[in-house]
Amino acid sequence: MAVAYKRPHAYCDVPTHYCPGCTHGIVHRILSEVIDEMGIEGDTIGICPVGCSVMAYDYFNCDMIEAPHGRAPAVATGVKRAKPDSYVFTYQGDGDLAAIGTCETVHAATRGENIVVIFINNTTYGMTGGQMAPTTLPGQVTQTTPFGRDTSVQGFPVKVCEMLSTLSGTALAQRVAVDSVPHINEAKKAIRKAFENQKEKRGFSIVEVLSTCPTNWGLSPVEALDRLRNEMIPYYPLGVYKDVNVREEGKEDA
Amino acid sequence: MSERSLMKGNEALAEAAMRAGCKCFFGYPITPQTEISAYLAKKMSANGGLFLQAESEIAAINMVLGAASTGTRCMTSSSSPGISLKSEGISYIAASDLPCVIINVQRGGPGLGGIQPSQADYWQATKGLGHGDFHILVYAPASVQEMVDMAVNAFDKADQYRMPAMILADGLLGQMMEPVTFPEIKPMEYDKSWAASGHKNKREHNIINSLFLTPEVLENSVIERFERYRKIEETETDAEIYLCNDADIVVCAFGATARVAKSAVNLARGKGIKAGLFRPKTLWPFPVNELKDAVKTAKKILSVEMNMGQMIDDIKLATECKIPVSFFGRTGGVIPKPMEILDKIVDLGGDI
Ligand SMILES: Cc1ncc(C[n+]2csc(CCOP(=O)(O)OP(=O)(O)O)c2C)c(N)n1
Ligand code: SF4
Ligand SMILES: [Mg+2]
Repeated sequence: MAVAYKRPHAYCDVPTHYCPGCTHGIVHRILSEVIDEMGIEGDTIGICPVGCSVMAYDYFNCDMIEAPHGRAPAVATGVKRAKPDSYVFTYQGDGDLAAIGTCETVHAATRGENIVVIFINNTTYGMTGGQMAPTTLPGQVTQTTPFGRDTSVQGFPVKVCEMLSTLSGTALAQRVAVDSVPHINEAKKAIRKAFENQKEKRGFSIVEVLSTCPTNWGLSPVEALDRLRNEMIPYYPLGVYKDVNVREEGKEDA
Repeated sequence: MSERSLMKGNEALAEAAMRAGCKCFFGYPITPQTEISAYLAKKMSANGGLFLQAESEIAAINMVLGAASTGTRCMTSSSSPGISLKSEGISYIAASDLPCVIINVQRGGPGLGGIQPSQADYWQATKGLGHGDFHILVYAPASVQEMVDMAVNAFDKADQYRMPAMILADGLLGQMMEPVTFPEIKPMEYDKSWAASGHKNKREHNIINSLFLTPEVLENSVIERFERYRKIEETETDAEIYLCNDADIVVCAFGATARVAKSAVNLARGKGIKAGLFRPKTLWPFPVNELKDAVKTAKKILSVEMNMGQMIDDIKLATECKIPVSFFGRTGGVIPKPMEILDKIVDLGGDI
């Protein structure tokens, strides 16, 4: 009988704590598949954020480090600079990456750190119970925007790929989604590309994954996917925002 | 190999760190420790190491967390306000049982304070370097030579006990020039099988982590760490004891202040006052037994510090409040003068 589903080796065979219908699991799976396909598990070091994926250190079979909230890109920098031949990735939520950790994110990118950043944009602080995130959409109701995000009071969402693609150290900035099989395939290709970049030392690579948080959105898993499609993608268009080799760019600049 | 060179404290410390096998340095500029970064920026890469200027002290300490996680010897350096920013990271590093060396070349505080020498981070270093139950090793050098020797030792002790070690210096030591001899470095092997440096398909994955959601599991991890701390308190204390054998008054001072205090003690002896000096070289663990020995004949203790008296409680605890402790201090970047300390000793000596 043909094997229809095989757990990637890089994805530990343990139950996760994610809510039913949460897309963190999908992203874990495709990331693990990429690690397997490239045969790099033994050389990979992953950095977890503080957020719903804080315990991802138990889910990936490579060596793992748990960083303080927002500091994963700095931790990754330390790892990569100490062990330049390893593969280093961070896995971060929107609060982690684009609020408390904005400084670390921007500077890791502008230094052109050869790391991969997997950025889970679910427009909310999942772990702490659904407060406003830097990516919360205008009008979106959260625990701390009970009347909807009012841009005249709470300002505007951060568009991370757009912002980071302006930095010379960014090699890849790509936004993907995990709401459908074609999109998931696209997401996996982007993650693969990010790791290939790291192999070739092309610079900082970020893959922003539009994700769901059915629990805090107050939606069923299927409704949550619909919201991702109908509300998030129009505001956060999918696509490649930047794809260069920053080392070669640098040479041209000089 | 024992060359003698004339060096600034900060530069000597940087050179010592490199010789001790420090492979990664992450820092953010702040007076009065910038010479450490400047020196390493020039020399690190030629020595097969890495110097990286971080975007903040927060980033720098987390880069240290990353490099230390891989089992690499690494260091960061800052001064008082910057150390406050590092405190979250230091707590995580301590909780993750990672070795690293942290330099604090103290300046006057609180707030932005000033840029002149100070010892006002004693409490922070020894009692409150971050949230949660933890300690780090704290060394207080009093000469450029000790900046060197303590830095070398700090790397070894950090590795031996898998915990951060701090050199608590001050602007005076950082900036002054003195002759130094660099010790022969004996390369020691430390177990780094815990490191997250890639498992190479040869072992289970390693996890560097400080999160334990089950209270009993977290409690056990803290208890295990405190058992280590108890051993350290028994074995790792160090102090200089000067003229304390017959002393009526024991002056307690650490770091650069102890040099001034020593002059005052000598002046007091010249006046026939039996004064002695007790200088803790380790601030955590505090040299309790050494102090007990030093004050055997003492009727009074005088703590002299460049702060408002942050060491007094430790002295009282160590001596079980059996001997009255007076205080003389200058703060805000003012360095105490030998004559001021002498006056205080003479005052105290009057009614002995
Ligand atoms: C310094 C600090 N501040 C705040 C918190 C509380 N906290 C934990 S997770 C989190 C937000 C996580 O949101 P996000 O990064 O979007 O991840 P998600 O849970 O949505 O995947 C916050 C604020 C913390 N752990 N540490
Ligand atoms: S709270 Fe949201 S993001 Fe977190 S696991 Fe549940 S569904 Fe996923
Ligand atoms: Mg989120």
